[in-house]
Amino acid sequence: MSLKIIVLAKQVPDTRNVGKDAMKADGTVNRAALPAIFNPEDLNALELALQIKEENPGTTIQLLTMGPPRAADIIREGLFRGADGGYLLTDRAFAGADTLATSYALSCAIKKIGNYDIIISGRQAIDGDTAQVGPQVAEKLGIPQITYAEELIGVNSESITIKRRIEKGVETVKAKLPALITVNGTAKECRPRNAKLLLKFKHAKTVSEQINLDEDYTNIYSSRPELILNEWSTKDVDANLEECGLSGSPTKVKKIENIVFHAKESKRLGASDDEIEELIVELITNHTIG
Amino acid sequence: MNNLIVYCEIEDGVVADVSLELLTKGRSLANQLGCQLEALAIGDKIENIGSVIFPYGVDRLYILEDKRLAVYSTLPHSSILINLFKEIKPQICLMGATCIGRDLGPRVSSALHSGLTADCTALEIGEHSDNKANKKYENLLYQIRPAFGGNIVATIVNPDCRPQMATVREGVMKKEIQNENYKGETIKLDASKYVGDTDFVVDIIERHIEKSKINIKSSPIIIAGGYGVGSKDGFDLLHKFAEAINAEVGASRAAVDAGFCEKERQIGQTGVTVRPKLYIACGISGQIQHIAGMQESSMIIAINNDPNAPINNIADIVITGTIEEVLPKLIKYYKKNSK
Ligand SMILES: Cc1cc2nc3c(=O)[nH]c(=O)nc-3n(C[C@H](O)[C@H](O)[C@H](O)COP(=O)(O)OP(=O)(O)OC[C@H]3O[C@@H](n4cnc5c(N)ncnc54)[C@H](O)[C@@H]3O)c2cc1C
Repeated sequence: MSLKIIVLAKQVPDTRNVGKDAMKADGTVNRAALPAIFNPEDLNALELALQIKEENPGTTIQLLTMGPPRAADIIREGLFRGADGGYLLTDRAFAGADTLATSYALSCAIKKIGNYDIIISGRQAIDGDTAQVGPQVAEKLGIPQITYAEELIGVNSESITIKRRIEKGVETVKAKLPALITVNGTAKECRPRNAKLLLKFKHAKTVSEQINLDEDYTNIYSSRPELILNEWSTKDVDANLEECGLSGSPTKVKKIENIVFHAKESKRLGASDDEIEELIVELITNHTIG
Repeated sequence: MNNLIVYCEIEDGVVADVSLELLTKGRSLANQLGCQLEALAIGDKIENIGSVIFPYGVDRLYILEDKRLAVYSTLPHSSILINLFKEIKPQICLMGATCIGRDLGPRVSSALHSGLTADCTALEIGEHSDNKANKKYENLLYQIRPAFGGNIVATIVNPDCRPQMATVREGVMKKEIQNENYKGETIKLDASKYVGDTDFVVDIIERHIEKSKINIKSSPIIIAGGYGVGSKDGFDLLHKFAEAINAEVGASRAAVDAGFCEKERQIGQTGVTVRPKLYIACGISGQIQHIAGMQESSMIIAINNDPNAPINNIADIVITGTIEEVLPKLIKYYKKNSK
């Protein structure tokens, strides 16, 4: 049994490594100083797809990512781990999209790819933690969703059974296909890059990336079309411009405020034995602890 | 009249705290707007749920009962909200940022093309002007949440689409009964008019409800560790101290991401909100998303080797030193002086 899987993945700033170097004097982050990474839970999603592919020969995995041209890295990362191909959705018209406009754009691309059985994404992206895009895409496609997936129990051409982790415990649910699954960070970790695939797909590039290459390289794309990564604009996916980007976003940012914490009159201590003991004694005496 | 509606989460006939917190907040927003507060309850055998819900000042309670609705499932609940909202056209809909609210909210907002803001830390009412379109809006819901990119907080509005939807985590808003005897109107709706058979294409095969062993919310003392704690072993030390002084261990998202401790211990905008008597922040820098979940602690002690760590600004007592040095001393002198 072969299935067609689409994995949704996002390139995100590495919010876990906002070191002091990335902080500007006004307390905001210099995004350019942060490395761009594969959103961690989208890697869990990719792993789930790879597992289904392994167990069901003939299954194919396509990655779909929306972002600036450099987000083509996400597709390459996927290819290095066993995906079969991918699509980069990139267009200025997508800029400023909230989750709803994002899911609209993704759903247009998915319809264009067509003929899918399972769509898998991470539960949420670390730069927003909203967990909204997965369910919104499912709604736009009119298919059921299973969120918070932790483990694949079984899949056949008709249905998929998933164990999901929710705050109240675990739940095993079975959904008819096609369906959309969002995967938790507690699910199986993604396998590393495969050395052979790395060699094979090292030069996989979108057309706009190819333009910047030396002449010698460009001819490899005519002999090895699998190295050409699909790059789609709003037109390519028949998206209605009104529903894309800023204009397609019902939520608007009214204002952004820099929060300055006015330093409290705090008591400052060092780490000496005397200072620590004195503090402990004080906390015990005034019944704060103990 | 376009009212404010709160989706009430119900498990085994019990209304979730977060829903009651949102009813409390909803009541005060509705007063400001001069509209009614409505609640929506979906489940099986919940005809008496009003006795719990009305005291929060609810003017109208919609109840939908069906055996098949006993346990939450995405599609049936989505259909109910979507179809009902088309009918009653609420101006605002609030729900908990729980596994249920985060599964349901986006689906409903997509179908209605209404904006949804996740994990708000404050909700207010205010005006808005769109200078480009030369439009003025009164009485919009300000959905306020920290944004990525430093110590910044964003105010989000949905000027044109309804309902304005927002999710809020448990513990962010306060739960307060308005009047024990408050009586609103109950409207029982026929579930079959809102849900179709095709909504039941997902079967729940098995459910294991386990009470989480971790409950940091109600602990009067919390010792929270951040990335600066450095390792799981470092967290063992926090646990040791916590055990000695009868406290719970919390964490920053960075510490959770690094695998130092369980996700359930994460404090902050997208974790748990706490208001303990004493909060000891160990190796936590004090980013806005973290502070959002603990700034109302009565007393804050910060232990950090950086004398300029932002957390120090909100701390009552600042200890400048490394965790490795300070923590063992705290344990040692507590043991020495506690008897
Ligand atoms: C959408 C979104 C949602 C988020 N939600 C949350 C949330 O709910 N909760 C949350 O906490 N964060 C959240 N974050 C992440 C948040 O922005 C910060 O990245 C995180 O809080 C930083 O954690 P930290 O302070 O432990 O780590 P760091 O910022 O890396 O700070 C480590 C601190 O430890 C100190 N230190 C280092 N070594 C030592 C030592 N040996 N002894 C003493 N001190 C030491 C350093 O001086 C520093 O101050 C969110 C981010 C985003 C984008």
